[in-house]
Amino acid sequence: MKWSRAKADTILVHLVLVLIGVVFVIPLLWMIFAAFDGNATLALQVPQHWTLGNFWAILSDPANQRSFVNGVIISLGQSVLVVIVAGLAAYPLSRYQLKYKRPFMYTILFSTSLPITAVMVPVYELFVFLHITDSIFWTTLFLAASGLPYAIWIMKNFMDSVPIELEEAAWTDGASAFSSLRKIVAPLMLPGISTVGIFTFAGSWGNFFVPFILIQTPSKLPASVTIFQFFGQYGSVEYGKLAAFSILYTIPAVVLYVLGQRYMSTGFQFGGATKG
Amino acid sequence: MAVHAFAKSSGRRKPLPGGASNHSGWRAIMFLLPSWLLLAVFFFVPILLTFYFAFTNLSLTGTSSLATKFIGFQNFVSMFQDPTFRISVIKTIVFLVFSAVIGQQVLGLLLAVLMNERHRVFRSAIGVLVIAGWVTPEIVVAFIFYAFFSDGGTLDTFLSVFHVQPIAWLYAFPMVSVIIANIWHGTAFSMMVYQAALGDVPKEILESAAIDGAGRFQRFVRVTLPMIKGSIATNMMLITLQTLGVFTLIYSLTGGGPGNRTMTLPIYMYQQAFSDYQLGYGTAISLILLIIGIVASFVYLRMLKVKL
Repeated sequence: MKWSRAKADTILVHLVLVLIGVVFVIPLLWMIFAAFDGNATLALQVPQHWTLGNFWAILSDPANQRSFVNGVIISLGQSVLVVIVAGLAAYPLSRYQLKYKRPFMYTILFSTSLPITAVMVPVYELFVFLHITDSIFWTTLFLAASGLPYAIWIMKNFMDSVPIELEEAAWTDGASAFSSLRKIVAPLMLPGISTVGIFTFAGSWGNFFVPFILIQTPSKLPASVTIFQFFGQYGSVEYGKLAAFSILYTIPAVVLYVLGQRYMSTGFQFGGATKG
Repeated sequence: MAVHAFAKSSGRRKPLPGGASNHSGWRAIMFLLPSWLLLAVFFFVPILLTFYFAFTNLSLTGTSSLATKFIGFQNFVSMFQDPTFRISVIKTIVFLVFSAVIGQQVLGLLLAVLMNERHRVFRSAIGVLVIAGWVTPEIVVAFIFYAFFSDGGTLDTFLSVFHVQPIAWLYAFPMVSVIIANIWHGTAFSMMVYQAALGDVPKEILESAAIDGAGRFQRFVRVTLPMIKGSIATNMMLITLQTLGVFTLIYSLTGGGPGNRTMTLPIYMYQQAFSDYQLGYGTAISLILLIIGIVASFVYLRMLKVKL
């Protein structure tokens, strides 16, 4: 009697999970079908003739190509900057005993959780005041700053796990702090660097609001904003192309997720901060 | 802010990089300088500017654009007389409570609990489907749900099986639509947080509770829930902060409309600052957002009980 009840429970649990899974996948179906359909509408329908035409149309448009290049420039620029600057900052925070380490780390942790949305209006005002709006360079710099708190936090935790003894030998031989960071610590914390790099790139690639506010010239916009403008201009007619554009734009995010998955657990312990 | 490195207080003296100990304060500053500069200019200055501009009549057009002046609490006085502001506060709370606090949190916990101790392959198969929504960039999530909720779209197609007439959901039920879209996009985060938390619950305790006769539900409520309450609180804070800042999804799905029916604070802030060019008033709204964020962040910090 008890046995069969446990079995019924198990079946029920599996059914509920499958149902939730199906519900989660249904919204995606339209995007996949429409992207391969030459006559896509908003209705969910399996294409009568599967075609790659929508993808070619999006990829062959120089404006779209440009938006992908811009996106890569911004995201890559931000990731490289964040990794270097956060890596440098993490070093003394991990290695030296600094008087103001605690307040500094608290400020960093505090800043990780502030919603960026809340400062975008004053950031825009600052950019206008400094005459640096509509610039890929300055937008990238701002994005790098906004990604720093989280990156410093993660980097410091990774660096703490690199034994200091390894460096001490190098220091005794007269190596500078910078060269021991570069030659000894950095190679040993490659997982940390990858985590920060991948997460920063993915976050940047998906960011719409920041370039939407800070960049105006269409040829400077990254894919996240160009796709939105495409939707505004042709979205109500060219559904197939919109879906194809969406898939092309989503692919890098998926690839990065797969790459980053091996380091994922780190992010989900709240940067190693919570236990119990 | 100045940094002083003081000699390590205990144990044997460790060699410091470069061999010199009294210069390490300077060295620390050199390492920290780039991050301080970036954070100061692009993070802390804008926060300070928020406090300043919120008390001005800064605007991009009209007479006040020529002479920006300090107007005291006038923005806040008009805010509390502004019916749209009141609406947007309510909409923000509704969006927050139903999409994050209830939706993502409960669904994420449910998924993690149900998936716990299932077969590995089955677990990851379901996990991938949920995570797909999380990996999808916010703007694409908006397009997907635009098609899903449109008149004759995916939802109507499925409902036509039950002979339900097609409805333009984004017009008929805009708030419900954006809430569902945000749950789809955000649930994976809570799910993964709870999967990690459940993995830390010792099996022995659950087993001994089972031997003592506690049923599945009792074990969950009496043993598992108390053990993961730290994660629940932290997750709650994090998704609250994330959801508070949601702009892209709502802006591209409904633009805050129809009427003001999905006008959350970020959308209203954007509209005031960039569509109506009332930057001062827009900043005052972002100050409210910022203060809510600051308070929530402090609560979050207290909860973490971080050891540095």
